[in-house]
Amino acid sequence: MSHIAPVKSYVIVFGTLMVLTSVTVAAAFTNLGTLNFPVALAIAITKATVVILFFMHVKYSSKLTKFVVASCLFFLACLFGLTFTDYMSRGWFTSPRGTTMAGTQVTVGPAAPAAPAAEGAAAPAPEP
Amino acid sequence: MPEAVAAHAEAHGHHAHAHHPALQHHFETLEQQKEASVLGMWIFIIQEVMFFGGLLMAYFLYRVWYHEAWVEGSNELDIVLGGINTVVLIGSSLTMALAVRSAQVGSKKGTVNWLIVTMVLGLVFLVIKFFEYKHKYDLNHIPGANFVFEGPHAGQVQIFISLYFGLTGLHALHMVIGFVLLSVIAWMAHKDRFSPEWYTPVEMSGLYWHFVDIVWIFLFPLLYLVDRTHRLG
Repeated sequence: MSHIAPVKSYVIVFGTLMVLTSVTVAAAFTNLGTLNFPVALAIAITKATVVILFFMHVKYSSKLTKFVVASCLFFLACLFGLTFTDYMSRGWFTSPRGTTMAGTQVTVGPAAPAAPAAEGAAAPAPEP
Repeated sequence: MPEAVAAHAEAHGHHAHAHHPALQHHFETLEQQKEASVLGMWIFIIQEVMFFGGLLMAYFLYRVWYHEAWVEGSNELDIVLGGINTVVLIGSSLTMALAVRSAQVGSKKGTVNWLIVTMVLGLVFLVIKFFEYKHKYDLNHIPGANFVFEGPHAGQVQIFISLYFGLTGLHALHMVIGFVLLSVIAWMAHKDRFSPEWYTPVEMSGLYWHFVDIVWIFLFPLLYLVDRTHRLG
């Protein structure tokens, strides 16, 4: 019926995951600058792949199951990709005296004092 | 189990052919039935991935915006407890895989025992998590009206800690659900409900348990590790 993996192979998978955990902890205590984040993410993705292939038996599953599992990457790419293209591209195209930057970042804490209205700009709303 | 098959065929009477009692009538074979279960479980897991994905999206975006606060916040977390929990949880994935393997080879004792070991490891994880939360509570690091944090980015650190509680809290909830699930499966195994021909519930709970493990594989580096060395620049 289905593939029965020997106990030894599961122990080897566990050992691999432990080694990768040690590597990610060691990498966290090494200052790699901007590379710390991608390295940690790459190790996590490797570990997840090992778990999916061997503990979750996807390596020995049907092509349809493999396809469905892989489709998860597509949905995640939509979620992260589309959201980031929105947030990261805000303020790229500012019209003269435009304020597209305003939506770029939410400030927590006291708001910065408003810049004086530029000459020729629309009259400020009357104070209540 | 030829007797069971024969008895089942007899009970149906109108059936021209005998089949395994676990085979539902809208499937041709046990293999086809299992394939359908595996596929359905994976679609459920992908839905779960998207569920955690939304919170991770918030984490990534705020990390880009408030990097200093993320450094301050993640340095507050206990890397030793987080590391121990990582080992415990990956260990529980190993014992879960061995429980499924025992079910495959028809070892009832092995299935029940490995499931119990998996549940104990899950419980150890939750107890350690409880003490981590307790520590946060004692420091007034629970987001809300009584939140206290010394530092220039306290408000933004509060967002980090909110995401920490949101992500690890939902993960812990999944662990509790998994624990209940495994206790039911262990009881079914004890009652001789599974055989090498049919052990689908064991395999499906295994998929769920490994998924919860994978979530932690991402949470540990993202929350505890990535900004360790950036405090001094």
